[in-house]
Amino acid sequence: MPLIKNGAFVEDPYAIVTDDAPMPANGAIVSLARFRRDRESLLARNTPLGVKLASSEPPDALGEDVQRLSVVALEFPKFRDGRGFSWARMLRTRLGYEGEIRAVGDYLYDQIAFMHRVGIDAFQVRENFTLAEFRRALDEITDVYQASADGRKTIWQLRAQALPKPGA
Amino acid sequence: MYRYDEFDARFVAERVEQFRYQVERRLSGELTEDEFKPLRLMNGLYLQLHAYMLRIAVPYGTLSARQLRTLAHIARRYDKGYGHFTTRQNIQFNWPKLVDVPDILAELATVEMHALQTSGNCIRNVTADHFAGAAEDEIEDPRIIAEIVRQWSTLHPEFSYLPRKFKIAVSGTEADRAALRFHDVAIQIVRNGDGEVGYRVYAGGGMGRTPYISHVVGDFVARSDILAFLEAVMRVYNQSGRRDNIYKARIKILVSALGPEEMRRQVAHEFDEIRSTGTLQLPQEEIDRIAAYFEPPDFEQQYDVCDIFETARADDPELRAWSEINLARHRASGYAIATISLKPIGGVPGDCSHEQLDGLAALMDDFQLAEIRVSHEQNLVLPHVRKRDLPAIFTRLRALGLATPNAGLITDIIACPGLDYCDLANARAIPIAQRISERFATIARQRDIGELKIKISGCINACGHHHAGHIGILGVDKKGVEYYQLILGGSGAEDASIGEILGPAFGEHEIVDAVEGVVELYLERRQPGERFLDAYRRLGPEPFKERVYAAH
Repeated sequence: MPLIKNGAFVEDPYAIVTDDAPMPANGAIVSLARFRRDRESLLARNTPLGVKLASSEPPDALGEDVQRLSVVALEFPKFRDGRGFSWARMLRTRLGYEGEIRAVGDYLYDQIAFMHRVGIDAFQVRENFTLAEFRRALDEITDVYQASADGRKTIWQLRAQALPKPGA
Repeated sequence: MYRYDEFDARFVAERVEQFRYQVERRLSGELTEDEFKPLRLMNGLYLQLHAYMLRIAVPYGTLSARQLRTLAHIARRYDKGYGHFTTRQNIQFNWPKLVDVPDILAELATVEMHALQTSGNCIRNVTADHFAGAAEDEIEDPRIIAEIVRQWSTLHPEFSYLPRKFKIAVSGTEADRAALRFHDVAIQIVRNGDGEVGYRVYAGGGMGRTPYISHVVGDFVARSDILAFLEAVMRVYNQSGRRDNIYKARIKILVSALGPEEMRRQVAHEFDEIRSTGTLQLPQEEIDRIAAYFEPPDFEQQYDVCDIFETARADDPELRAWSEINLARHRASGYAIATISLKPIGGVPGDCSHEQLDGLAALMDDFQLAEIRVSHEQNLVLPHVRKRDLPAIFTRLRALGLATPNAGLITDIIACPGLDYCDLANARAIPIAQRISERFATIARQRDIGELKIKISGCINACGHHHAGHIGILGVDKKGVEYYQLILGGSGAEDASIGEILGPAFGEHEIVDAVEGVVELYLERRQPGERFLDAYRRLGPEPFKERVYAAH
């Protein structure tokens, strides 16, 4: 499936590998179960490695190892399941993870802006999805009321800037 | 009241266009109904039995005259001439067309209104005490923090796809007029031993098929920490709330399963971390900016006893009855809080016509009343009325059919829309409310009975708050026939309790007699000054059972 990362279509350097398949030579994304099972050998490979978390798997499960991953894929099994929004936010602010966070699965166009806000920077999208649609999704609402993982200034901060300073 | 600045105005305008695009994609078939559903719900649009229903947010129940006029216009132009005020202080229209909804929202935006998050599995429109700013014992106007919570929760990126809906209420007094303990989260403004103002936070209350009274999860949350604390509660819920069964997905089930102690521990853990990042500290300038909008009006210096008012009510027994029943004490001398009942005898609880909405707007302008409130009991409230204006205001209300003297009495009934409108309902609720209202129509009889809150739901989802009624009525379906359970002893106030089912359900033509039997037994057995609820708590269900089932 096509992949949008940092606002552009990119070649996907990772293969999603099932639990019993042989590891490819290059980048691979494995399940949390396989990561736990083969942790030593996977981390010893020195090729880019990612883990895909099911919506029931909090990123805390990765512990310190998260810093050795180059991608964490968050699965949205159905668009109503919003746990991934918390997992992304926790990866960015609690665990200090700076690598790729990728959204995969069944999510809606209308969720892309929220995903971007909580720290997801890569999106697996359906065939024939366009960059114009992607940008539109991000631009529908200009300003935000609450802080999240994207570091955007909130409306509260913008107001404070707009206010005349006392004595000015 | 709060006024939009450029940021709020642009936000709401863009949200209207965002929704217009969603509707376009639905109409073109690009979105399936299943995909469109959560999107339309987050904008208050339901698909009911006969038509779409649009629920418009009235944040913490406060409206201006200008907003009332726009609601009247919407009722005329896009609906069948009336709106319906709900138990969450909102107003809903029952007959809009899908293609018109973006235009309705655009009209609302011109008067700083919207339908954001009045439905869906997100943080819903925040409610507050309808006597805010007028109640005598209030520590602080709860609408300040309610407005802050409204902004924080609006299109929250992390908490818009929760396991289930999430309702927050706020109050600034010990007396609870906001049903705090039945909310997913409630914020009570309190003062600590050092005289500082902070927040007591409850979580895990709710009605529905399994009612729970909430537990304290934060004893005293500092003012600047409240959003970090709420974010912590939401994070715990979003992570661990059940998603496998919608009937077990509310936070009340999580709190009950974890136990309140474990819930407190998990919330405290998240809170410590969120607070340490500092990103959710509330800036004092923003609190001050919002608080300024809720400064009380400049109350005129007046004697509390007003000769004009006293003379008028000595001459007019209708005014006298209405003023004794529908007025509450105001904090300022010479002022009163007036409840405008939307429960005319035999009427539909909460309904208001476009003529009435316009008439109220004109009345507000003529008497310099800046705001009107919607109460969760489906009435309206004029919070700051000069006593000397009361005779004239009463005359105007009477002409509008809005002077029913029954606030807090047995005919001041909460009822959900029931099977007349709602596709979840098992039974009708409105006709039962109408018949009870007719049975107890006499004012002298109602006043003799005293405070008695009847709450009726047409299904176990409990939108009519039957668990919290002094007398609750729950409509059920038995093989295609409507039956009604009688539930006694609930309370949504500071003495919160969950009512108990009295016994087997009654048929449609028996339920009003059963209610009357309960009331008669109370009148026979009460002690001087004892409310129905207190008498029930003292006597227990047995004598009531004997009375209403004796005939069977």
